[in-house]
Amino acid sequence: MRSFIKTALASAAVLAATTTLSYATDVEVLHWWTSGGEAAALNVLKDDLKTKGIGWVDMPVAGGGGEAAMTALRARVTAGNPPTAVQMLGFDILDWAQQGALGNLDGVASKEGWDKVVPAALQKFSKYDGHWIAAPVNVHSTNWIWISKAALDKTGLKAPENWDQLIAVLDKMKANGITPLAHGGQPWQEATIFDGVVLSEGTDFYKKAFVDLDPATLGGDKMAEAFTRLLKLRTYVDDNFSGRDWNLASAMVINGKAGMQIMGDWAKGEFLKAGQKPGTDFVCIRFPGTQGAVTFNSDQFAMFNVKGDDKIKAQVEMASSIESPKFQSAFNVVKGSVPARTDVPDTAFDDCGKKGIKDLAEANSKGTLFGSMAHGHAAPAAVKSAVYDVVTKAFNGGFKTGKDAAKALADAVAAAK
Amino acid sequence: MASSAEADLRTRIQDWLPKIVLAPSFAVTLLFVYGFILFTVFLSFTGSKMLPNYTLIGWENYRKLWALENWHIAIVNIGIFASLYIVICTVLGLMLAIFLDQKIRGEGVLRPIYLYPMALSFIVTGTAWKWFLDPGIGLEHVMQLWGWESFSFTWIKDNNMAIYTIVIAAVWQTSGFVMAMFLAGLRGIDNEILKAAQIDGASSFQLYRRIVIPMLRPAFLSSFVILSHLAIKSYDLVIALTGGGPGRATEMPATFMYSYTFTRNQMGIGAASAVIMLMTIAAIMVPYLYAELKEKQ
Amino acid sequence: MMSAVSQDTAVNTGQIARTFIYLLLLLFALFYLLPLYVMVVNSLKPLSEVTGGNMMALPETWTLEAWKSAWSTAQIGVSPTGLEPYFLNSILMVVPAVAISTVIGALNGYVLTKWRFRFDTIVFGLMLFSCFIPFQIVLIPMAMVLGKLGLAGTVPGLVLVHVVYGIGFTTLYYRNYYATFPTELVRAAQIDGAGFFRIFWRILLPISGPITVVSVIWQFTNIWNDFLFGVSFGGTSQPMTAALNNLVQSSTGVKEYNVHFAGAIIAALPTLFVYIVAGRYFVRGLMAGSVKG
Repeated sequence: MRSFIKTALASAAVLAATTTLSYATDVEVLHWWTSGGEAAALNVLKDDLKTKGIGWVDMPVAGGGGEAAMTALRARVTAGNPPTAVQMLGFDILDWAQQGALGNLDGVASKEGWDKVVPAALQKFSKYDGHWIAAPVNVHSTNWIWISKAALDKTGLKAPENWDQLIAVLDKMKANGITPLAHGGQPWQEATIFDGVVLSEGTDFYKKAFVDLDPATLGGDKMAEAFTRLLKLRTYVDDNFSGRDWNLASAMVINGKAGMQIMGDWAKGEFLKAGQKPGTDFVCIRFPGTQGAVTFNSDQFAMFNVKGDDKIKAQVEMASSIESPKFQSAFNVVKGSVPARTDVPDTAFDDCGKKGIKDLAEANSKGTLFGSMAHGHAAPAAVKSAVYDVVTKAFNGGFKTGKDAAKALADAVAAAK
Repeated sequence: MASSAEADLRTRIQDWLPKIVLAPSFAVTLLFVYGFILFTVFLSFTGSKMLPNYTLIGWENYRKLWALENWHIAIVNIGIFASLYIVICTVLGLMLAIFLDQKIRGEGVLRPIYLYPMALSFIVTGTAWKWFLDPGIGLEHVMQLWGWESFSFTWIKDNNMAIYTIVIAAVWQTSGFVMAMFLAGLRGIDNEILKAAQIDGASSFQLYRRIVIPMLRPAFLSSFVILSHLAIKSYDLVIALTGGGPGRATEMPATFMYSYTFTRNQMGIGAASAVIMLMTIAAIMVPYLYAELKEKQ
Repeated sequence: MMSAVSQDTAVNTGQIARTFIYLLLLLFALFYLLPLYVMVVNSLKPLSEVTGGNMMALPETWTLEAWKSAWSTAQIGVSPTGLEPYFLNSILMVVPAVAISTVIGALNGYVLTKWRFRFDTIVFGLMLFSCFIPFQIVLIPMAMVLGKLGLAGTVPGLVLVHVVYGIGFTTLYYRNYYATFPTELVRAAQIDGAGFFRIFWRILLPISGPITVVSVIWQFTNIWNDFLFGVSFGGTSQPMTAALNNLVQSSTGVKEYNVHFAGAIIAALPTLFVYIVAGRYFVRGLMAGSVKG
């Protein structure tokens, strides 16, 4: 026993020595990208920093789409010991900026002209009070539907472009004996579907309801109709949906048990990994009625106030590497998202990726690029969670009519504001 | 004279030594437990959102808290969960302990089997439980594969029944531990008393009901304390099994507190719910501690 | 100490009743073993068999690949290190935390029973109530304190946290245990001129075996299984549970359930080992300590 402890201590010392010794400056990165593909994408960044002589101290905390990581972060910041960079989403970034916890990237941003290449809708989250505080990594768009080509062909119908066509396809799939809609019953997944439904009721309506949080719109007839549509979609889901992970729902589409899944573009990775090809094995379309508009979420690395010139320098180098077109392309090809700057060549991307880049540019120029409510880019966490509560209750049969649900939504949002 | 003064000093140090030894623990408890509780009480009256913020807003957080449907769900759930969990664990633990006390062959093997779940966290066993309860892969699926086609077990997917699956998993985790406490209690009972009762012609059932079980009172109390605090703290379990779903059907005070404090950025409301939880714990614990400690004076 | 063998059970049960008792005990043994069985069996299958097949079935192809992967090559963060380095982190944190909190608990229990003073029950009551504080509420203030002490993100800081929230339990165990020990012996030793520590060392420590087992088991499992404190205050030396969480909770990518199960069992091995090896003394320790009082 004693010799074991001795060996343990000795090897710990060696371990500690090897991890801290190698570089003069390190960046400590808190993130929740722990799956194989995501880690591969991050390694592009890590290697790039290595060539600049900057070491990478990894602090991965997975779980709940970053919820666990955000809890750990709070402890770190409160203790006065923040990481260099933290993977973060939407309003969380602004909340931290408001606390005065974030650093300043204005120097590198103006030198590299970020203002011109990063879409304004993203800048809303990367800048606070006119200063750059975060480096956007990617743009995920959430209003996608992933359809099994075989299941679609069997219906004899074309890919749906409006609500009625969508229902026709779903009905036909049901008649063909498969689960029409693959879905995982977790609040965020239900909210993701609801984003698409609300957006399909009109871009102005989406903005008024989810971005402006207008009480009359939230509780109005159009919202009631959106809920009625959500309840209609519920009827195409199998009974066993609750608690299912989203990638298991994707798997149902991949192996032909289900017809389609309404999910953000990260679902593509599952199809590709299963050896499926866009266009021949599966089809990616925008949620019917939302063509030309994009609801997005964007992973960014928020840069915290670190002390010491060398650390700040390393932080700036990291931000610069993140925004380099090379990293943007390499990372997003692997991740399934699209680059956070609009001037990155789309040559390395597949068909769905190319379409995503094109749609993003189009929505950006038309002013129909909106933050996703389901993914914390339309409203702060408290409001988002209140919306989750109502949407998930509706999906689980908690309201008799869409009208009741809309009223509950208006109340819940008002209480959370 | 000098030596007697020295001796005097030594006795005084000896007198103080016990208090000096205890002092750090007590100080640490005051700061890290009661200080933090006061801090939480204070936070519950502030407008704290993401991080503590020191502007007072009165009872606003409590008013908001009681208006939230999730909080009502959480309260109802903890009522159902705690009562079932405590009763089932106690009954099961007592039953297993009594049976195991009948000179059972293989007790040495059975006891660790009953006890081991307490050693595992739900981060470890969560996936296995989730599978087991899932109709598509778990018990229902297996039964159907084995030929019982009509077998149905879909509680975890059912808004009204999901809370009971959490009871099952929680009972699985702690009932063995309760068993060990009762077994220890049983082994501590003086045999002469039992023999005397048997000579008087008491049946086994009567023996247990009239004599043994009343003598286990300390074990009942200890297990009640441990079970009630585990019930109020249950967090991992819910997150691992249902994540609070379907919908919000299995929300509990502990998950509520965590999500309002850390993921919904409504720290004030989270603190208010924590204060109510602490008051509930105190309401259960203080009378018990008072009675227990007073007796031993 | 009474042993199980010398104990006559009070009840004479008939043959039928005994059969029934055995059956019932076995049935519950199956119930308790079920999740472990599912985990072990599925960790020994290749992934295709796990996702395609029967959860309860034995593997058709037995393989240790998942175990190897979980230990040394699974993706935890940005590098595929497996759980191995984190295992050491946990050991380095758990061993001192358990040792310190147990020693403090023993000394506290000794003071509270053998060197009683005014208000000692109140002191004990206050310490005992600390067992019931929900850990979520201490997170933020604890971070402030650790930051002030300069211990945030360090192993000593994490050890401090676990010691602080462990001494309530260890003090309870030792106090109840020492309460049954005759105080007269302590007084006699005192008259013979033995000091505070000498009495503890010579008289109480030698009889503390059983309750130390209980205290160590309890502390070891709680600290080893902790996730929240480890992930918040562990800094870069994250414990095993945090690594396991990263392994199991990855949000995208193929879920390698066999690796998850193998990882979960690896993470649980130390606590399982402690329970099984020391479990024999556990009931004995409880008997002497917490339930009799």
